[in-house]
Amino acid sequence: MLEVSGLNAGYGRAQVLFDIALEARRGEVVALLGRNGAGKSTTLKAIMGLVPPLSGEVRFEGTRIDGREPHEIARLGLGYVPEDRRIFTDLTVAENLAVGRQPARADAPQWSTEHLLALFPALSRMLDRSGGRMSGGEQQMLCIARTLAGNPKAILLDEPSEGLAPLVVEQMAGVILELKRAGVTVLLAEQSARFTGRVADRGYTLEKGELLPA
Amino acid sequence: MSGSAVLLQFLNGLSGASALFLVAAGLSLIFGVTRIVNFAHGSLYMLGMYLAVWLSARIGFWASVPLAAALVAAGGAAVEMLLLRRIYKAPELFQLLATFAVVLLVKDLALWAWGPEDTLGPRAPGFAGAVEIAGRAFPQYDLLLIGLGPLVFLLLYLLLTKTRWGILVRAATQDREMVGALGVNQKLLFTAVFMLGAGLAGLGGALVIPREPASLEIDLAVVSDAFVVVVVGGLGSIPGAFLAALLIGEIKAFCIGLGYSKITLAVEFIVMAVVLVLRPWGLLGRPQAAMRGPAALEAPLDPPSGRAVAALLALFAGLAAIPAFTTGYTLVLLTDVLVFALFAASLHFMMGPGGMASFGHAAYFGLGAYGAGVLLLRLAAPMELALALAPLFALAGALVFGWFCVRLSGVYLAMLTLAFAQIAWSIAFQWDAVTGGSNGLIGVWPAAWLASKTAFYYAALLVCAAALALLWRLVFSPFGYALRASRDSALRAEAIGIPVRAVQWAAFCVAGLFAGLAGALFAFSKGSISPETLSVPRSVEGLVMVLLGGVQTLTGPVWGAALFTWLEDSVSRGFEYWRAAIGGVILLLVLAFPRGVAGFVRERIAR
Ligand SMILES: Nc1ncnc2c1ncn2[C@@H]1O[C@H](COP(=O)(O)OP(=O)(O)OP(=O)(O)O)[C@@H](O)[C@H]1O
Ligand SMILES: [Mg+2]
Repeated sequence: MLEVSGLNAGYGRAQVLFDIALEARRGEVVALLGRNGAGKSTTLKAIMGLVPPLSGEVRFEGTRIDGREPHEIARLGLGYVPEDRRIFTDLTVAENLAVGRQPARADAPQWSTEHLLALFPALSRMLDRSGGRMSGGEQQMLCIARTLAGNPKAILLDEPSEGLAPLVVEQMAGVILELKRAGVTVLLAEQSARFTGRVADRGYTLEKGELLPA
Repeated sequence: MSGSAVLLQFLNGLSGASALFLVAAGLSLIFGVTRIVNFAHGSLYMLGMYLAVWLSARIGFWASVPLAAALVAAGGAAVEMLLLRRIYKAPELFQLLATFAVVLLVKDLALWAWGPEDTLGPRAPGFAGAVEIAGRAFPQYDLLLIGLGPLVFLLLYLLLTKTRWGILVRAATQDREMVGALGVNQKLLFTAVFMLGAGLAGLGGALVIPREPASLEIDLAVVSDAFVVVVVGGLGSIPGAFLAALLIGEIKAFCIGLGYSKITLAVEFIVMAVVLVLRPWGLLGRPQAAMRGPAALEAPLDPPSGRAVAALLALFAGLAAIPAFTTGYTLVLLTDVLVFALFAASLHFMMGPGGMASFGHAAYFGLGAYGAGVLLLRLAAPMELALALAPLFALAGALVFGWFCVRLSGVYLAMLTLAFAQIAWSIAFQWDAVTGGSNGLIGVWPAAWLASKTAFYYAALLVCAAALALLWRLVFSPFGYALRASRDSALRAEAIGIPVRAVQWAAFCVAGLFAGLAGALFAFSKGSISPETLSVPRSVEGLVMVLLGGVQTLTGPVWGAALFTWLEDSVSRGFEYWRAAIGGVILLLVLAFPRGVAGFVRERIAR
């Protein structure tokens, strides 16, 4: 589904990632572990085209996507959930979902609005609330729902449990398992193996921009 | 004022506000989504006026209005696709420079197509008469305009809140990178927004032709009005623009109605200054989110190497030898280059190391020039004393204006500097007794021993070289380091005990002082001073010089000033379309070196 090989990337003159190679097969939940500043977010951004790779290959369903624009990559069915949520605070919940909406795909699970609200019941009570007046956990749910509205085949999830109350972390784990059941491939960046251990099929560990041998 | 007069002024204000809102709404939309401060927005409005006048002679007024708006929209789309699309990743100020080049090109396009004379449009058929309101005649057409403003506001509001496209626009205003990562093609969105904004400007222009003649001077006048409205309302906020247009339209109308015509030229800028100080993000604006994406970190500036210093000394010696070879026009031109090099370097001091871009640096140049003139002519000071004291006038201005400006940052700071420059200009333009009003001051000649071209050239060379050396020395003094620390991270600088605002205020004052010195030299080299000395185009010229040379270099502004002054001199002599020529050169430079000329050279060397 998603294959990365020989990926180098960085910001300006500072190289952050060195020769990253990883793979996520269809329907898998794959963890990307690493401490603060290890390069997890940068890996996901480089896959998504938000940080242009210096060299290396990224393939999505066999198609090269490195060097493509983020919107083209998203249109191929790869969703992205950023680490700091980045929901549109001036827009309502319903409008946030509308921005993420893409046409249905034959070969990916479809997420109608009812479907999304069933997965995140908290959102259904606040469709007209503006994104800026939600709690952190609600924002995180909206952020995932917004990406799912694009009916992706696979998603990149950047630290979905960060800064959330234990109860909400619990819910988050449930959501990821639900995604797996629906057949969405997930690449999940996290700091601790405690969370990923419960949801991931297998994992990679990053240290200072390099993958540790498995 | 009687009750009916008040009502009439009120209505006048409303109709003025409508046209203002159309332009400002477009400008605000464009800024919100693309983050480009579109200097050419007034030019699009002007184009709308000329096109409507020209078309209405052929197809009638009512058909010409939508057609002119559509043509301007198409022109806007072309500008976005051919030019702006290539430079979205370039530094903010570079984009500004590109849109300023468009201003120059459009102005000469209009000059070529429709000539230099103001052209009056037809009256609107069906709305040519007047109606009686409270016993006074009021033009029917103005009533129509009063209705049109809110109508367009309503349509825009519906577009932005009820359509998916509008929701995307609002989302992109907040975080365009995220919108892209969700699968939205930003290029198409940007082009469409630019087209809509341009169309609104064109519509605004076309609609005012029954009231005002189309003229070549309208572009910068309108764009500075629109800037004020957008900044007062809050960048990117359409309701804010509507509110601000009403506020400013009314205030202007009442100033005229009450006979305070003198203050009218500056009143909107005074309103803007007050609003920005009380509500730094405008009436309905929000603090600008930090830009997303890889941060543009400035490489640290190294002190000039021994070799660079030697090269500068050699250059100085070379310049000192020039009068041995020529005493003609070259000396006059070189004197200009020296003066503008100092002017550009002073602007660079606050923009580069200080990180504070100014759109109104000419104010301090002009204060220095007028200071010299006033000391010499009104207070009968000797020339040498006048030259020495004149920069203090600029310093005084910088002390006052700077105190307000350093409370803001980014585009808001730049706009406030523009506001202050405009206030200074309108004072110079109207205070006949002191500044000579629109005629300016004449007879500002240097003392007898400096009267020859050669002598004055030497004086300018010495003063400018000493001032530049001092300015550059300051960049590498503890003050300069504190200034750069404040630019790179205000929070961390505070934390290690740097009084950030005080440091920035001091830098503002230094920049003003040296600009004033340049202005005083300029006054004596020309023998006269006109209000143009502190007008918006002069401020923009300074920006162009700094950007041409490179913001994050030390000597760049000097080369930029030399290049620009030489270019302007050589094309403006005998070539009618010199503005277009300069605009074309700027565009070529911007497109060829999207990271600045100096950045390009540095990258080449680094490779
Ligand atoms: N925009 C940026 N510009 C420059 N350097 C950056 C930028 N973003 C991250 N870095 C650097 O890249 C390295 C990797 O950062 P990254 O955000 O990928 O780490 P991470 O594993 O996601 O950490 P965290 O757990 O804190 O989210 C860090 O050293 C960081 O300082
Ligand atoms: Mg991270």
